Amino acid sequence: MRARLLGAVATLAVLIGFVVVYFIFILEEAPPAVSAVVNGSTAEVTLQTVASYGRHPYPDWVSYLARDPSGKWQHSTIIHVPAGTQVVHVTLYEYDTSTGLRNPFFAYVRGTVGGTMSVNGAPVSYVNAASPAHTFTMPDLNVNVPLPGVNANAKNQCSVAPCNTSEAHNTITFSFRTPKPGNYRFQCIVPCALGFLYGFGGPMQTIGYMDGMIEVS
Amino acid sequence: MSTQSARAGEPNHARNFAILWAVATAIMVPVMIWVIGPHIPPGDMTNDTRAQHDVNVVLSTLAMPVLMMVWTFLAYAIVNFRAGRSEAIADGPPLRGGPRIQLTWIAVTAFMVVGLAAYGTIDLLTAAGHSGVGSGEGPNPLAKPASAGKALQVQVIGQQWFWSFRYPAYGGVETPTLEIPVNTDVEFHVTSLDVVHSFWAIELGVKADAVPGADNTAFVTAYRKGSFQIRCNELCGLWHGHMNSTGHVVSGPAFTQWIAAQETKYAPVTKQLPPYSTSYYPIPTRNG
Repeated sequence: MRARLLGAVATLAVLIGFVVVYFIFILEEAPPAVSAVVNGSTAEVTLQTVASYGRHPYPDWVSYLARDPSGKWQHSTIIHVPAGTQVVHVTLYEYDTSTGLRNPFFAYVRGTVGGTMSVNGAPVSYVNAASPAHTFTMPDLNVNVPLPGVNANAKNQCSVAPCNTSEAHNTITFSFRTPKPGNYRFQCIVPCALGFLYGFGGPMQTIGYMDGMIEVS
Repeated sequence: MSTQSARAGEPNHARNFAILWAVATAIMVPVMIWVIGPHIPPGDMTNDTRAQHDVNVVLSTLAMPVLMMVWTFLAYAIVNFRAGRSEAIADGPPLRGGPRIQLTWIAVTAFMVVGLAAYGTIDLLTAAGHSGVGSGEGPNPLAKPASAGKALQVQVIGQQWFWSFRYPAYGGVETPTLEIPVNTDVEFHVTSLDVVHSFWAIELGVKADAVPGADNTAFVTAYRKGSFQIRCNELCGLWHGHMNSTGHVVSGPAFTQWIAAQETKYAPVTKQLPPYSTSYYPIPTRNG
C-alpha cells in the first residue's frame, strides 16, 4: 500500500515538474519589452515588418521587429510607452510584399490622429484591399492601419531580418492618442502566415511575430 | 426511516423531517420568486432576455424543494443521527425493499425531468411571441418570428480577433461597432472569416456560433435603450479573451443618423467589399 502511494506521489511530482518546466520555457521565450523614445509629450515607436525573420526558432515566419532607444532592432513586439505622453507616433518600415486583406473593411485607416497615415510621405486614408502586406491593428483602441506591401517585382528585396532602408520598402507613419495606463494588444489582420491553413496560425498566433502589446505605464 | 421510527422511544423522524422540509420549502419558494428572482441574469433588455430570465426563475423555483430536501435532511441527520464520541463506528442495518418509496422517487424525478425538458423546448420555440430565445438556429430557423425576413438584418462577422457588422439594407456598409434601434425586430446573420467564434451579446440574450462558410440566424427585439457587451464565447486563438466589443441600443432617429454617418464614412471601403452574402468562405486571394 505504501509503495503504491509513493509511486502515485512520485508520478504526480514528475507531472507537476513537466508543467513547471513547460511554463519556464514559455516565460523564457517571451520577447523583451522595448521602450519607446520619449520626445516631449510624444512617444516615438519604430517598427519594421519583414517577410521572414531568418533566425531560430522559426526562420521562415513573417514578423514585426522593434527598434530600441539605442537604435538596435529587437525581435520583440512588446512596446513600453510612458503613461505621461500624449501621443504615440509610429514609424513603420514595411519590407514584405502584398498578400491582400481577407476582409476589405480593414483597408480603411481608423483611429489615428487625423484619421490618416502617411505612406512614403503622402497622406492616405484608405488603400486598395489587395495591397496590404500586413496591418497594424489595435482593436481595443479601434486603431487600424493597413500597410501596403512593396512591389513583388521590386529589386533588392529584403530576405532576412533586420532589414535596412537601402532595401525595397514602404515607410508608413501615423500617430494615435496615448491611451490610459494598461496593456493594449496589436496584431496583423492579413492572413500572412505562409504555410498555414488559409494563412492563419503560426506567426499570426504568436507574440513576438505578428502579435504584440503596447504597455502604457 | 419508518423502521427506525417504529423503534420504541424513538421520535417519528419521517414526520418530523417532512414538517421541517415543508416549512423550509414554504419559506424559500416565495423568497426565490420575489426576492432572488428579479436579480437572476440576464435581465430584461430584450424579449430574449425576458424569456431566458423567466426560465431561470421557473427552474430555480422548481429546484428549491429538492434543494431544501437535501439540506434539511443533511441538517436533520447531523443533529439526530450523529454517533457519540464513545460509540464505535458501524454501518447501520441495510434497507431492503420499499417499492412504494422507489416508485415514488422514480415517478417524481421522471416527471420533473421530462416536464422541464418539455417546458424548455416549448419555451425555446414560442417564448414571448418570438422564437429561438436568442440562440443561433442555423440558416433555416425552425422557430421563426412573424417578422423573419422583414426585420432589420445585421450580419455579424467574426475574424481573429475582431467583430464587424454589415447592414445589407444600408448599402452593405460594414462597421466596427454594433448599433440597433429600440423596439425593432432584428435578425442577426452570424458568420466567420476564419475559425469558429461565438457571438455572445450578453444583455441582448443572443448567442450564436460564427462558423466559416455558414449562416447562423438569431432574432432579438430590444425594449429599452442602453449598452450591451459582446464577447466571443468559443476559444478561437491567442486573443480570444480580448475579442470583446460594446454594442448600443438606440432610438430609431439616432440609429438612422448613425447608420447614415457610417455609410458616408466607410463609402471608400464599402465599394471594395464583396457583394453581401450570408457567408464568405475563407480562401485568400493569395499568400506570401
